[in-house]
Amino acid sequence: MSEKFLEVSGLGMRFGGITAIDNLGFSVEYGEIRGVIGPNGAGKTTTFNVISGFYKPTAGSVRLRGETISGLRMYEVARRGIVRTFQHSTLFTEMTVMENVLVGTHMRYRPNIFSSIVGRDAEDRRRARTRATESLEFFGLLERASDRAADLPHGHQRALGLAIALAAQPEVMLLDEPFAGMNPEETKSMMSLMFKLRDSGVTILIVEHDMRAIMGICDYITVMNFGRLLAEGRPEEIRTDPAVVEAYLGSARDVA
Amino acid sequence: MRSFPGRAGVWLGFLALLLLLPHALSYSQQEILVFLTINILLVVSYRLLTLTGEWSLGHAVIMGVGAYASALYTKELGIFVPASMILGACTAALVALVLSYPLFRMKGFYFLIGSFAAGEIIRLLWKRFREPFGGPKGLKRIDPMPDFDIAVWRFDFFEPVSYYYFAAAVVGFSLWLMRRIERSPVGLTFHAVHWQDKLAEASGVNVRAYRTLAFVIASGFAGLSGALLAHYIGAVNPNMFDLELMVFILTWTIIGGTATIYGPVIGCIALTIINEIVLREIGLEQMRPFVYGLLLIVSVLFLPKGLESLVQKGLARVARAKRGEES
Repeated sequence: MSEKFLEVSGLGMRFGGITAIDNLGFSVEYGEIRGVIGPNGAGKTTTFNVISGFYKPTAGSVRLRGETISGLRMYEVARRGIVRTFQHSTLFTEMTVMENVLVGTHMRYRPNIFSSIVGRDAEDRRRARTRATESLEFFGLLERASDRAADLPHGHQRALGLAIALAAQPEVMLLDEPFAGMNPEETKSMMSLMFKLRDSGVTILIVEHDMRAIMGICDYITVMNFGRLLAEGRPEEIRTDPAVVEAYLGSARDVA
Repeated sequence: MRSFPGRAGVWLGFLALLLLLPHALSYSQQEILVFLTINILLVVSYRLLTLTGEWSLGHAVIMGVGAYASALYTKELGIFVPASMILGACTAALVALVLSYPLFRMKGFYFLIGSFAAGEIIRLLWKRFREPFGGPKGLKRIDPMPDFDIAVWRFDFFEPVSYYYFAAAVVGFSLWLMRRIERSPVGLTFHAVHWQDKLAEASGVNVRAYRTLAFVIASGFAGLSGALLAHYIGAVNPNMFDLELMVFILTWTIIGGTATIYGPVIGCIALTIINEIVLREIGLEQMRPFVYGLLLIVSVLFLPKGLESLVQKGLARVARAKRGEES
């Protein structure tokens, strides 16, 4: 199969005079967990923002199953099956946990104002609720369904972010620093959730600083530095790659 | 609902109160009651607009669009009055749809100012063009609601009591519609757009389309309130829908609170009572802007969640008391 599942090619993103991404290319297979790592300012989050449609790239393209999705608006990208989460706990904090996840079902059960008024959408509402319940159950949040999202502990909030994304039944999930601010315990349970997600048929891309987590769960890792592709490979290859070690630690000469 | 009088009982009692209320009032108070009813629709429609997080300063003018449109449809095209009101509401919604293209390129403060400018342009068009808008003097001798009989009841719509019943029915139905919209998945999406538009968009929500939808629906109901007003007073002019009215809408909304549908209603009723009864009694009507400003400051300082928060606390206490009885 020559057509890649998710392919980034020749991607460039410039903000005024600053080049955040420069001629970046990589491709992701269906069903893998892919890590995107690199030192601060390497352009990882920018790459995510371009793939998810938050930014329009200034060069190159992103293709999903051969269809160009770069340049589309974020909700259009989402409707094609790529759903993202955000750094920090970006949630609908004033709404209940259940309502948060119901928003995630928006794409599958698109509300219609007229059928809402005359009450013809009962079936859709029931299905959306079922879907939301499944998603909450997946992340072990069901017993907190009627709590306000803001009242959840940090680990649960991160899980809720994933539950919202999963409720949309995506093919690809872009996770922006899902382990940030987590203690080892929470990290561990989050990692097992990601394996579970992958096994349910979701392709996962992760931007992350937590090296131990990333080495532990990724099938394949893309390393970026200064907006460019630095290295690509399996975790054990990346760990020993001299270019990667240099980018992270400085060259041996500097140390000596 | 085991407890007496039960939910249905409360609603029936409320309905009876609304039906009997005008008969306990003087003629001038009955007129105020009609305006209050119309203003309730206006302020609740404004709350619907704010659900997506955008506050507009053009809502008073949009109300005027409904008023002018309905008046012109009866005057120029000879359309039957209640039908013209619905068409007036549709016209206001349509104008909002057109305005949404430039306006929703902006957010927050810029949207606020943009909506004000757009409203002023419409208002100046009314002032400038004698045909068909009647210039600064506006439109006069607008057709009233035609009289009709239901069984033994005669409705003469020059009578405030009759018009109050008519307006209350229209407003009640509109409020029910807006509540239904808010409680539907569409309403949930409005809230989502308000609290985190980025996350909503990442979940596949076309944020701009939903902002537009809220704006258009809210404008339609505002237009309907304008049409109700026009056919009651029988005259409209550009100054009726100026910034002063807009400030009143904002004051009602802020003092009442926006978390619930009854918040702005309470705000509107409370201020109307203060305004028309208290101030008029002690002859301080001229002080109205001063009193409103003072109340606004006091409420923002001491009751930032609005009068509705008092009601919510009260309801919670009742619920607790009930649970205490049962256990």
